[in-house]
Amino acid sequence: MTATETQPSRATRGVNLKVLGPILALVVLVIVGAALNGNFLSAANITNVLSRSAFIGIIAVGMTFVITAGGLDLSVGSMAAFIAGLMILVMNAMLPVMGPGWPLVFVGMLTAMVAGTLAGFVNGFLITTMRIEAFIVTLGTMGIYRSLVTWLADGGTLSLDFGMRSVIRPIYFDGILGISWPIIVFALVAISGELVMRRAAFGRHAAAVGSNDQVARYSSVNVNRVRMLTYVFLGILVGVATIMYVPRLGSASPSTGVLWELEAIAAVIIGGTMLKGGFGRVWGTVIGVLILSLIDNILNLTDGVSPYLNGAIQGVIIILAVILQRDKKAES
Amino acid sequence: MSETRALTLVDVCRSFGPVQVLHDISLTLRPGEVHALIGENGAGKSTAMKIMSGYLEPTKGQVKLDDAPVRFASSQEAEAQGVVLIHQEFNLADQLSVEQNIFLGHEKRRGLFLDKGWMQAETRRLLDRLNCKVSPTARVRDISNADKQMVEIAKALSRRAQVLIMDEPTAVLTEREAEVLFEQVERLKAEGVAILFTSHKLDEVKRISDRITVLRDGHVVAQGMTSEFNEDQMAEAMVGRDVSSLYPVRSVAVGDEPALEVTGLNVPGYARDISFTLRKGEILGISGLIGSGRTEAMEGLTGLRTAQGDVRINGKPVTLRSPQQAQAAGLCYLTEDRKGRGLLLQKGMRENLTLQALPEFTNWLIDHKAEDAALTRAIADFDIRCPTREVLVGNLSGGNQQKLLIAKIMLTEPDIVIIDEPTRGIDIGTKQQIYEFIHALSAAGKSIIVVSSEMQEVIGLADRVLVMRLGTIAGEVSGDDMTEDKIVRLAMGLGATRQEAI
Repeated sequence: MTATETQPSRATRGVNLKVLGPILALVVLVIVGAALNGNFLSAANITNVLSRSAFIGIIAVGMTFVITAGGLDLSVGSMAAFIAGLMILVMNAMLPVMGPGWPLVFVGMLTAMVAGTLAGFVNGFLITTMRIEAFIVTLGTMGIYRSLVTWLADGGTLSLDFGMRSVIRPIYFDGILGISWPIIVFALVAISGELVMRRAAFGRHAAAVGSNDQVARYSSVNVNRVRMLTYVFLGILVGVATIMYVPRLGSASPSTGVLWELEAIAAVIIGGTMLKGGFGRVWGTVIGVLILSLIDNILNLTDGVSPYLNGAIQGVIIILAVILQRDKKAES
Repeated sequence: MSETRALTLVDVCRSFGPVQVLHDISLTLRPGEVHALIGENGAGKSTAMKIMSGYLEPTKGQVKLDDAPVRFASSQEAEAQGVVLIHQEFNLADQLSVEQNIFLGHEKRRGLFLDKGWMQAETRRLLDRLNCKVSPTARVRDISNADKQMVEIAKALSRRAQVLIMDEPTAVLTEREAEVLFEQVERLKAEGVAILFTSHKLDEVKRISDRITVLRDGHVVAQGMTSEFNEDQMAEAMVGRDVSSLYPVRSVAVGDEPALEVTGLNVPGYARDISFTLRKGEILGISGLIGSGRTEAMEGLTGLRTAQGDVRINGKPVTLRSPQQAQAAGLCYLTEDRKGRGLLLQKGMRENLTLQALPEFTNWLIDHKAEDAALTRAIADFDIRCPTREVLVGNLSGGNQQKLLIAKIMLTEPDIVIIDEPTRGIDIGTKQQIYEFIHALSAAGKSIIVVSSEMQEVIGLADRVLVMRLGTIAGEVSGDDMTEDKIVRLAMGLGATRQEAI
């Protein structure tokens, strides 16, 4: 880790390090992991790490747009839990009518997508049209969704019908050419996110709105529409993540998705997106997600450091990333 | 008040980068005297006041306090010596009480705790001295603008101000509120405080000042007792200069067809009943004092503010509720606030240039090659001088930012362009270039509205000038009637003509 920490202060050309910083950190982590445990680079472990990162990763790509446009969404973790609960309830309810099978899975998927879109729309509506601070709105909806899922589960666990579980399992555990579906979906979401951020008018507009919404408004950008869309996209991606998540355990409980929002935000920040908006990069977010899950994985695989220190190490990484961002800004 | 002090500027010069904004300014603020500093926008008044009060240091020359040279390292140091500047924008914390504001950063303590009793009593005493009835415990956001101005003055007095500098204190006040302020100014004057203030309202200047200094382009062009000037002479001194060569000769004939017809435009709170016609290829000037509603009227017209009214473009009625609709109708507004509303200072030139016309560069994905080509063309067409193409726009000079902003607007290919303050804070060489661009646009068939507080600018550029005052159009001048004298008189509500011939 020391290599990545000390180099920025010596570097005079900020641009290179701005790009290389997160990549270097990831490379160092991979080297450290491989050195500590022979199994680290095994296909099974890599698949495991990537599949588990996919949920947060898919959400974090959406979060990148929200933060780039100057917003924030604290509700995604509870939203995921609520959507998971809803998806399970709908599938269980429709089971007697449709019977176990793929049509029912599609109904569940549709439920998740619609619920995600609506939840994103509600956040966006309150923030843009009603002009309430994003922090407050999403703090509120975070509590609402968390409470709703607890209520739906009556404090316990919502479980998918046992017969359905075996039908839906492949969504998490199968894949193409040995690559599991969550990894494929995460890769697709990340690639299209990067393309939109870098090459589409929407990405440019989001950065403009986050940089200075007045300039955007005076430049004929529909500021409210751009903001609204970032929240709706995030909601849809939360729906997608939930579709990947439900097959894994086949259940949802009040503890589902706890702290996902903070992990997603942390990944975005580690990746070099500015928390106050105006600049974002999706590939950085992907690296941020990988860094966070690798730390977790390495601590689990090695005996030297207690896995209970995971949170502390992640905290240090987040703070370091922000310090590096500040250095870069002073240089430019 | 036994302690009194006089503040003197001796041959003060000040430059910002290569641009010199003050040239050998000398003036003295005497105890018990009200000194008015007047001049057009951009004449250097604010810079002079900032030098007096320690916010800026002179590049050359001296600041003297009671004949001894002083060098204020900061505004706090100037305040410690009794020199206080009251900003045009109130510098008060809205959520705090009057008393908390007055003692902010200078709280009186008794042991570990604040001595609230003493501070409230002292606040009461200071406000009484100003004959101000506001309660020391009232929250600042709940009191009127006039009371806020009094709180600012009380705050200055609590710092034992002997030299009080006020930047347009009446700009935000109603006439009655201004009246109250003047009474208190008289009172302070009687107590031996040296006072300097700026104002665009010449009747005020005439009424309450004892001495006048007129600035023009950073030079002192007139100085003397107020009794030696009448308002017309003040206005003449402020604007009278020959810059005929600054403006290109108008070479194209204006068409007869109307490009834009506005009837009964109301912008609630800012402008009412604005009606005018802009002809094809015409350059129409809109003049008036800051705060006369010029900018707001134009923003209302282009959908940036809520407005009602009848607008026709090329004879067809249009509805412009958003800047997007205005742009689609071929009407673009170029803001006066290039740093706050015009350009993304943290972004590069390419992203700024194409932001407004991005759909033109997008076919599913943004065409970076086309963007680069557009930037190359803009740099050549508008002579934008930049160290590299990748430079952040915030690091460009004001003049080059303005050129980039014009290039950005022109990419949307509007038929009608409204340019608000085309040359604010820009050196004279770049000004001339921008005037040439505006003429070239008009020659290319665009219809243009130029909004400006610089009288010279609208006269030099425009075929016809509308003068706004207090949210309405006070009059129109064209041809030989387009003189600063006439415009100033309309803008200040003095009536269209003077008694004697010009």
